[in-house]
Amino acid sequence: MTPAVIARLRAALSGRSVPAAAAPGAVTMRATSVSVVRGGREVLHDINFEVVAGEVVALVGPNGAGKSTLLAALAGEHAVAAGSIELEGQDLTTWTPVEMAQRRAVLPQSHTVGFSFTSRQVVAMGRSPWSRTGRREDDDECVRTAMSATDALPFADRPFQSLSGGERARVALARVLAQATTTLLLDEPTAALDLAHQETVMRLAHAQARSGAAVVVVLHDLGLAAAYSDRVIVLEGGRKVADGPPRTVLTEELLTSVYGHPIEVIAHPETGAQLVLPKR
Amino acid sequence: MASTVRADPSVERKRVNTTVVIVGLLIGLAILALVSACLGQVPTTPMEVLGSIAHRLRLDVGPMPAHPAGEVTLWQVRFPRVVLAVLVGGSLGCAGALLQGVFANPLAEPGVIGVSAGAAVGASIVIVTGGTFVASWSVAAAAFAAGLATTMLVYLLARSEGRTEVVTLVLTGIAINAFAGGVIAFLTFIAQPAARDQVVFWQLGSLNGASWEAVSIVAPMAAVGVAGAFVIAPRLDLLALGEGAARHLGVNVERLRQVAIVIVAFLAASSVAFTGIILFVGLVVPHLMRMLVGPAHRILIPASTLCGAIVLLAADIGARTLVHNADLPLGMLTSLVGGPFFFWLLRRTRAQQGGWA
Repeated sequence: MTPAVIARLRAALSGRSVPAAAAPGAVTMRATSVSVVRGGREVLHDINFEVVAGEVVALVGPNGAGKSTLLAALAGEHAVAAGSIELEGQDLTTWTPVEMAQRRAVLPQSHTVGFSFTSRQVVAMGRSPWSRTGRREDDDECVRTAMSATDALPFADRPFQSLSGGERARVALARVLAQATTTLLLDEPTAALDLAHQETVMRLAHAQARSGAAVVVVLHDLGLAAAYSDRVIVLEGGRKVADGPPRTVLTEELLTSVYGHPIEVIAHPETGAQLVLPKR
Repeated sequence: MASTVRADPSVERKRVNTTVVIVGLLIGLAILALVSACLGQVPTTPMEVLGSIAHRLRLDVGPMPAHPAGEVTLWQVRFPRVVLAVLVGGSLGCAGALLQGVFANPLAEPGVIGVSAGAAVGASIVIVTGGTFVASWSVAAAAFAAGLATTMLVYLLARSEGRTEVVTLVLTGIAINAFAGGVIAFLTFIAQPAARDQVVFWQLGSLNGASWEAVSIVAPMAAVGVAGAFVIAPRLDLLALGEGAARHLGVNVERLRQVAIVIVAFLAASSVAFTGIILFVGLVVPHLMRMLVGPAHRILIPASTLCGAIVLLAADIGARTLVHNADLPLGMLTSLVGGPFFFWLLRRTRAQQGGWA
């Protein structure tokens, strides 16, 4: 056995490989001048990005702007053609898959489960990165808390395949929460949900950030982005065109030009909340 | 990992308690093994079989076989056959569960990735070129090597950009199977009548040639393969979430697939080497077990291994007793039962999913 293997075994036995929670305000993921090429076409161009522990960053933009591609690149799915991506201070390519899974969780856009695993079993799969660490003790508690937070306990024992689209989305989100990572990468978590559950999910994302998580979320609903994110990044044609608090970024001129459709941004008459509406 | 997926009380009510299933399978296996050992032209009773085993273990209990040829028949003919049936059936059941798990696809089976067709080509080449009196071990060795090589070829051809898609793999398997079918047809065409018979009967599958030598070769490979399957079982569950999600949970998907395919190829190739082609056991058994114990591979793989052994023992008993004084081809029986089951499976899965995507 090599010294590295022995060190890893020892760390696994003592539970020391468990990453510590990032300090609030610490950068958990950073992309520097990242370009991604897929099928010979540059789909992301020179993107600089960072997310810190304690904030929700929304990625918005029209279809094909590169939101999901950026999220996938952050998740380590696409090799970058130029630039680099760091997770907790180390280049993505230097982490092992398990080490990465202990630090960031990814919610995909679509949810399929082969075979008839129950919802609870699916959520428990989110605990697998911790199976050889001291934190496996928390498995049951994490699964239960995550399912209760996403309102998924009522169908915990039903097969995932038998659930409706909205129920599946909530189980999938519970799986990601059960993974208990500092960074959360969520690809359209509200897509299949009704109004009430959209609010629940975004409140959850917000609460995760307030308790120290760094949350990156791809959103189509600009109203949700305005209400729940600390920072909004607008992408257009693979480039970052704006990055800042929703109040300063979500303006009529920018959105009208990016979406190619006249858009109004108005304040709610009573609460003053930012409302984003297409002109009809 | 053992604690990550806990059975829930209400689930256990629906799905039979897994301990009960495993114990039931073990008891069924023991009973079928005993029955299989008793059947044949030399009459023996269960007590005589147990007594004979006890005496070999230097325990002076139970009666010895009354028939003068009883002891020899049991130890030279029937016991190797029973043990080989258990090993081959267990290997095929385990390989099927592993392959379905690693591709998160309930329609995968070892035959799909070319093991059986490749083995048949290997065996046929040796039989046809070697003449009538070719040693059975060289046929087995050729079948094993060719089965393994064909699986690796299918895997390598199906791989692109460092990934293996399930559909590409299955289609590649179909192409290779078709090609192998052509080669076998050619070999059958040019073979002498005696060799031709041998080629045909090899492909029908049988435990007729069971011997302690065969057992001693298959046993270690089955043991290593099944042990390997147990080790990777927990990670297979995550593949049900899809390749991407499994990767995000820390699974090295491509390496897991490579390891699983090597295990499947060894299990399947070593079992068909001495018995010829036995289809559908690897397909049917994991499905039956998934209905009983659920889809979690930590339980599914041992259950499928046991059930595979039971199915093959039962099929062999049928092969020896259904027609008086005839040893029916084993592969014929498993296909006759497995074919309709496969069809029912297609219909059922289709109805559940509302069509194939």
